Amino acid sequence: MENHQNPLQQRRSKTLITRKHVVSILVCAAALTILAGCKKKPAPQAATPPPVTAPSPTAQLTATPTTITAGDQVVLSWRTVDATSVSIDGIGDVPSSGVKTVTPTASTTYHLTARGDGGSTDATARVTVNAPQMAVAVPQDNSNTMTAEQMFKANVQDVFFDYDSYDVRSTDDAVLSKAAAYLAAHPEIKVLIGGYCDERGSNEYNLTLGESRANSAKKLLVQDGIAPDRLRVVSYGKEKPFCTESTEECWQQNRRAGFSIDQ
Amino acid sequence: MSVPRPARRFSALPVFALLALLLSAGLMPLRAQDWVHIGSNIPDGSQRIRLAAADMKPVGTDPQTPILKATFDATLFNDLSNAGIFDMVSKSMAPPVTPGSPQEINLAQWAAAPANAAMVAFGALSASNGRLVVYGWVYDAHNAASPQVLGKQYTDVANPDMARTLAHKFADDIIARLGGGIDGIAETKLYFVSARNGSKQIWAMDYDGQNQHEVVNSGTLSLSPRISPDNSTLAFATLGRQGWAIRMYSLNLGRMIAFPAGSTGGSNLSPAWSADGNRVAFSSSRSGDPEIWVADSNGGNLRKLTAFRGPDVSPVWNPRTSAQIAWVSGRTGLPQIYIMDTDGGNIQRMTDGGYAISPSWSPNGQFLAFSWNRKYGPGAPGGQDIYVMDIASLRWIQLTHDAGSNDFPSWSPDGRHLVFERAIGGRTAIWSMLADGTQQQQLTHTGRDFMPNWSWK
Repeated sequence: MENHQNPLQQRRSKTLITRKHVVSILVCAAALTILAGCKKKPAPQAATPPPVTAPSPTAQLTATPTTITAGDQVVLSWRTVDATSVSIDGIGDVPSSGVKTVTPTASTTYHLTARGDGGSTDATARVTVNAPQMAVAVPQDNSNTMTAEQMFKANVQDVFFDYDSYDVRSTDDAVLSKAAAYLAAHPEIKVLIGGYCDERGSNEYNLTLGESRANSAKKLLVQDGIAPDRLRVVSYGKEKPFCTESTEECWQQNRRAGFSIDQ
Repeated sequence: MSVPRPARRFSALPVFALLALLLSAGLMPLRAQDWVHIGSNIPDGSQRIRLAAADMKPVGTDPQTPILKATFDATLFNDLSNAGIFDMVSKSMAPPVTPGSPQEINLAQWAAAPANAAMVAFGALSASNGRLVVYGWVYDAHNAASPQVLGKQYTDVANPDMARTLAHKFADDIIARLGGGIDGIAETKLYFVSARNGSKQIWAMDYDGQNQHEVVNSGTLSLSPRISPDNSTLAFATLGRQGWAIRMYSLNLGRMIAFPAGSTGGSNLSPAWSADGNRVAFSSSRSGDPEIWVADSNGGNLRKLTAFRGPDVSPVWNPRTSAQIAWVSGRTGLPQIYIMDTDGGNIQRMTDGGYAISPSWSPNGQFLAFSWNRKYGPGAPGGQDIYVMDIASLRWIQLTHDAGSNDFPSWSPDGRHLVFERAIGGRTAIWSMLADGTQQQQLTHTGRDFMPNWSWK
């Protein structure tokens, strides 16, 4: 019923093998998108005469750079004209023009909505987030070329859940075993396990569901010999989504137990 | 009447058959709503009191008077319309002369067509030296000999806020007198979560959506505001570095107060006050699994009520008895509504499937309102709608239809109204309605307002 290999892992392995190819494909895709966008735009304007009463708002949203490695920053800048309220999904209401620095942890399409007396206009900017260089490809001796954070991310990977479930998929057992092995070898590291849910359903229920997801991951790590007092669970429910689109791919990204170093 | 008895007996059978057919087919929806109207003390249309609210007569020449009068008139008419017990006379049907005192009212004119009023609310409003004074009366249009039902003077500082407040007071006095002994809600507040300024914080507004303002800024994500029965203390959940804690904010003191039971490990969520204000139920995962816990409101006497694998969250007390708790449990898969005694016994499942969340218990103890998606699941996009269930019979009625995703219903203290959250296309707003699903109105418009909680009287 569900795609049991999580999209992030797929993306990571692809990145590993053909990173250069991916970059060139992305550049092509971006170029195509821009071209397609240019072609499309004039059509609706020609079909619909400009309103007499109030001009519909115009909006531009750009992200720089459009491709980053997880942990890097992206500068969002936007400009609108004739808008009375402007909001960016996941950020909230913003001034009519502005600049904001964000640190997306997964590929994200930022979506700006400008509302005005003459209607509303959308603008989007896509940021592709690549996973850090994989540790599996790097011998342990060279670990000093990676930060501790990167090493952690490479070895302790997030696990994803089925719809409304808090049972770890059997296919993710290996992910957690690898995480446990890494944590056993690095006893100084304490871990924060965040529980996440997709946007559907109640905030309150999703917080307990996220809690149960994080607890399921914790339980398996403890079974693999990690001391429970090194593992702290916090549920974020649907309050801090990785991805804000209403698509199954995005929902799957958000149904997860996410690991980070507990500082 | 003149039909002889034997003939009547013969003709009775087909009439009964026809009646039975009508009842089973066309009339069923009407009958289904009767129990909601009776249980929530909302009279059917034909039984509503025909009430006219005349414009206030302005007195004096203070330049503030016209704006204060307009605010007062609009607020009073809105309050009485919202009450759910009146058949309001349209302002356009009022007689031409605006009465400012009992000497100036011509009751016969109000009683006659087109107004056809049974009751008339009227009076005078003046602003002078910074004071707003309102004289308000209610007269029985059909009792010329002894018409006065209500006569009262209201006074406060002359500004639009106070004009609204005085109109709320006059409305509540009228409702208390004519509404079958149930106090009005015009002076009640709604607490809610708003992210309009960025992060989710606790806000409040008047019951009609006016006067929206932030109450507490905890500096971190805050959810699930629940006001204490004496309207003095807000309990809510905040996300801190150590996870979710139940915190308490005293509206009287204007600062946070201690609730140590709400911050001892795990996720602590969804607080709920008992009707006497002495106890707080909430969800906590301090023992590993999210369960329902209860503590005294000062934080002592902590105990766990549920013990079953799976999420348990969103408790509410039976406000009439404080002897039962309804809550949401995912012990069998998708979340369902359950009730239990406050010692954790007598667990009863209330919903038979789907995705049922966010119960609210009616003030008279008779009903649960909750949010339900009866066809929840991948590929079966059902609606998340507000329902009311009669606890004794388990029969239910759907109140919202085909309008976004609806959640977090909360009963008004008069048991006639519900406030709830409605999300349409990524924009979430607070709405209110009568407990039979009629008179739905949107109260907030920022698109980022959530989780309303109706104050106690």
